[in-house]
This record gives sequence, structure tokens and C-alpha cells, in this order.
Amino acid sequence: MPQLNMVQAINLALREEMARDNRLVVLGEDVGRDGGVFRVTEGLFEQFGGDRVMDTPLSESAIAGAAIGMAVCGMRPVAEIQFMGFIYAAFDQLVAHAARIRTRSRGRFTCPLVIRTPYGGGIKAPELHEESTEALFCHVPGLKVVVPSGPYSAKGLLLAAIRDPDPVLFLEPTRLYRLVKEEVPEGDYTLPLGTARIVRQGGAVTVVAWGSMLQRTIQAVEGYDAEVIDPMTLAPFDGETLLASVRKTGRLVIVHEAPLTCGLGAEIAATVAEEAILHLRGPVVRVAAPDVPVPLARLMDRYLPSVERIQAAVKEVLTY
Amino acid sequence: MPETTIQTFGVRRLEIIAADGTADEALLPDLSGDQLRRLHYLMLLTRTFDRRALALQREGRIGTYPSVLGQEAAQVGSAFALQPSDWVFPSFREMGAHLTLGYPVHQLFQYWGGDERGLRTPDGMNLFPICVSVGTHIPHAAGAALAARARGDRSAVAAYFGDGATSKGDFHEGFNLAGALKLPVVFICQNNQWAISVPLAAQTAAPTLAQKALAYGFEGIQVDGNDVLAVFRATGEALVRARDGGGPTFIECLTYRMADHTTADDASRYRPPADVEAWRDRDPLLRFERFLAKRGLWNGDYGAEVQAKAEGEIDEAVRRYESVPPPEPGEMFAFTCAELSPRQRRQQENIR
Repeated sequence: MPQLNMVQAINLALREEMARDNRLVVLGEDVGRDGGVFRVTEGLFEQFGGDRVMDTPLSESAIAGAAIGMAVCGMRPVAEIQFMGFIYAAFDQLVAHAARIRTRSRGRFTCPLVIRTPYGGGIKAPELHEESTEALFCHVPGLKVVVPSGPYSAKGLLLAAIRDPDPVLFLEPTRLYRLVKEEVPEGDYTLPLGTARIVRQGGAVTVVAWGSMLQRTIQAVEGYDAEVIDPMTLAPFDGETLLASVRKTGRLVIVHEAPLTCGLGAEIAATVAEEAILHLRGPVVRVAAPDVPVPLARLMDRYLPSVERIQAAVKEVLTY
Repeated sequence: MPETTIQTFGVRRLEIIAADGTADEALLPDLSGDQLRRLHYLMLLTRTFDRRALALQREGRIGTYPSVLGQEAAQVGSAFALQPSDWVFPSFREMGAHLTLGYPVHQLFQYWGGDERGLRTPDGMNLFPICVSVGTHIPHAAGAALAARARGDRSAVAAYFGDGATSKGDFHEGFNLAGALKLPVVFICQNNQWAISVPLAAQTAAPTLAQKALAYGFEGIQVDGNDVLAVFRATGEALVRARDGGGPTFIECLTYRMADHTTADDASRYRPPADVEAWRDRDPLLRFERFLAKRGLWNGDYGAEVQAKAEGEIDEAVRRYESVPPPEPGEMFAFTCAELSPRQRRQQENIR
């Protein structure tokens, strides 16, 4: 089985699915001849041609909006927004249209599209290139939000997202693009959306982390009896897996690189407070970024939750 | 080196029927007497629908409603030129287009009556649900045109919007994409000259809206939006060009919003009454009746007969709308996504 990094795994998923389903088109800025600024779509233009791998004008709302029009008319668009910080220009299209078309048309029209976008910090890029604002989208009924945390899950989740009958925002942790390699099988496999993965079994504390924070979390809990959950889909969130784990361990730490306030950690903590509070031995602890705009590289290490901060949180809850 | 002019542009304007009903015979579209009478009936039906909707709103039998009074020709004339295989992306003030395309009349009342089920377009009808968010459906039309091209069929796409939408980013992004990719799409603007209280002169410094297309590399044409045949002809030509691979066209239908923005608005706060009076002489329905009368296709008796027919059709639609039982609360969840999440399922169960 080939060892692939996440860029290669996503490329493989797109390539195989484009060959399988001729309704699938890839569109976005620089996705064609250039193969994408991170080379995620490299070679697709040569293999499938400009009608299926479309370079668009620099125009995020038009990319999302045209993808919506294509999706409702029977195609399967996979649109790329070059960085998550640029998706705000397309926010209206995703929230006001993609998420609502099925409801508004009472099921006559559906919007099976995928918006892929690199997200997250730690790549020494300019402002707006390292955003992690997934919670903005998790709040919108009708949108699914998916975050892979490794090459294997990236391929399986992307294939599931493309085949999902509704709009999916697919957030690719930029820092992980080339950081790790995993065995990624060729051929078809999907990981179901809305289902979390228990990455590591444990009995004393549950730690939830996604995207590039999962790597750090796994390092941080080394030597502790910690159960690590990778939600993989942030919306809808797999509450069952989370609650079962918390009922077993009695302790919960949530790690995300997005700012603390109204981050997805708040929703996860509230869910546990509502449904499993009597199983808790101590307070729920969130390890998150501060409530400030994402800083540039010189302060990034102080902004993103570090292995040390995650470890300190785990140690703290274990004192209860 | 001397300064030179490297580009010059012009904007065409099309008008076929004069206010007194005389027509430029050379420009008349090739329509039979029955088709001309059908155009008239659809405008009359639109006006009858509109009058009834306003009355129902005042009686509390529907909710806030945006009148189409004065814009019947722009809507009916353009929609009449479409083929059933074409895709249509309406804004929220195109009841005339809906009626022309055969949308179930009772469903229009149902939607404006606050029941989302009214937006379920009948199967096989390529008409998108009403878009309330201004101008944001323009990129959807570009995407639908890309899909038509991918299917390899000869369908075209039409998007309807108002003058206010031309200030929005999505207007420019959608136009740019359609122009750059030469997509088979026709943009139909009903320039009714008011975006709620903001007049056209405050909306844009451009003397016409049609000229905005030129910046994106395709033709913009201004038509007399109160002249149903001019709108029909311009739309028909644009659709042919789209189907033949000639790319998009922008049609500015210059018309006037004779009513308030919606039933929640009071235009007397911002609009000089004399303006409305001046436009009353250009009423699209009366102008077309004068035209038809000159051709022996309309007289008082015929007018009374078709008015009664339109009233009957609207009566029936209102009866049907009001006989639909209200939606159950659980229906809010029914189409959120193909499969509800466990949390949504619990919420749905608990909402009864």
C-alpha cells in the first residue's frame, strides 16, 4: 500500500472519483494548469481537461455561487477556496443558499457540493492564510463541516463528502498537508460523515481534538491513560461517541486552535453538561487559542495550543 | 506620443410599441394573433393576481407582499420567450414570470401566505425558488449555465433581478464569470428605479444599467420595460445568442415600480406623486390593449370577458390556497438535509 501525505491522498481521492463519476468537476482559483497553490489538484487538468478542472476568476462568491448552480443542475462540483480566510467573501452563498436550497425548495432541489479549503495555523503565511473559524459554519443548519487529521482519513472523508447529497465544507489542515505519511489504499473506501473515531483508548480522561491539534494531543497524552477522540465531522457532531467516552472516563479536555469564545469547544462542553454532567469528576477544560486575530509567524507558537499546554490541561483534570 | 482612443462603446435601446399603441412594424416579433392575446392575458392575470394579493394582505390573509404593478410587461414578455428546457432563477418580485411559466397560482399565494411548501416547484419545471437575498442568485445562473454546457444541451439560463442588485458584489462576480466563460445566460434586470427608497440616481452614477455589461465583455441592451413586445424580442434574441454559443446578454428593462416596495412600505415618504402620474400614461397593459385594438384583437367586450376569466382563475387559486391545512411543526426539519442528525431527530420529536 502506498505511503502518501495528505496532499497526495486528497489528489488521489479526486482523481479516482473524477474517473468514476463524470458529473464531478473541480473549480477554483489556480486549480487548473497550476495544480493548486498547494498542488492538491496537480495533474487533474492534464488528465480531465479544462471543462472538468476549471480555473475561475479570482472571485470567491462566484466560485461558491456557480458551484451551487451546478450542483442543483445535476453536477457534483468540488470548489476550492484558496485559504479559509478568503471564504468570508463566499459566506453569504454558503449560508444563505447552499445550506437552504433543500429546505427552501421543499426537496425539489438539492445542493450536493463540496467546498475544500486549506485551514489552520502554523505555516508562516500572511494574514488571513491561517484561519480556523470552523465554528462559524457549524452554527449553520444544513451545512456539514468535515476536518480530516491525516492522509487516510482525508481520502475516505473526501469521498464521503463528494457523495453526500448535501453541501459539505471540507477543511484541510494546511500544517498537516506534508507533515505525515500514512498508508492510503488505492480504490474505493469512505469514512462515514457524522461519526467520530477513537484514536487511542483510555480510561482516565477523554481528550477531543481535530485537525493539526490531533497530532499535538497524541504527543501530549503520551504516558497518560487518556482516550483521544477525533470527531472528523464537526457538524453534525458525533455526540454518542463523545458521551460514551466521558461517561467512562469522567473527565474531558477539548483542544482546538480556534479562539476560545464560541468555539466548537463551547458546544461540546455544553453537550456534556446537559447530558453527562453527573458522570464528570471535575470541570471540563478547554485548550484553545486566545480571542485575538490570528497573529503572524513570530507569535504563532504562543497562539496555537502547544503540546505543553495540552499536557498541563490533562494533568489538571486528572487531579480531580 | 499622442493620446488615442482605443475603445468606444454604445448601448442599444429597443422600443416597439408607442404609448398610443402604434408599432414599428419592422421590429414586430413574429407572433400569431393567439400568441398576442396570450401575452395580453398573462399580463392581465398578473395584474389581477397582484390586486388580489394586496387585498388579501390588507385582510390579513397573506403576509408582507411585494407588488408587481407596472412591471407586467417586463416579466411576462421575457418569460414568454423562454423554452421549458431553460432554467430560470427569479428574484422575489417576478410573479408575472411565475404565472407565464405556469407556476401553480395557489402556491404563490401559499408562499406569500407564509407556507414554505409554496416554493416547491412542480417536477419538470426548471424554475428555481424565489431568492429574497438581493442579487445573490446571479452566480447560480452562471453555474446552471455551466451545467447546461456540460450536459451538451441547448438550454439557456435566465436570471431576474432589480436595479438595486446591480450594486451588489454578486452581480459583478456573476457577470464577470459569465463573460469570462462565455456562458449561455441572459440577465434580465427590471429597472423599476427604486430600491425601496433609494432612487436609481443614488444607486449608480451610470446613465444606463445596460452599459455595465460592456465592462464584462458582453452586450447590454436597454429596452422599454413597459413594452411587452420589445422585452419579448430582446429576450428571444438573447436566448438564441446564448444557445448558439454567443455568450451572455444583459437586458435592462426600464420600467417603474407603481406601488410601494412591499405592503410594509409607504412610498409617499420618499417619492413624488407626479412621477407616478407621469408613468401611469405608460401603463404596459393599456398600451398593449391599444396595440391589440388596432389589429382587431381587443375590444371592450373581449376585455371584460378575459378579465372575468382571470378573476375566476385567481378566485380558484385563493380557494385552493386557503383550503391547504397549515404545516405541522415537524415539517421545519423535513428538508434540512437528506438525513437528519441524531440531535435534529430528537429536536423534531420534541417540537410536537
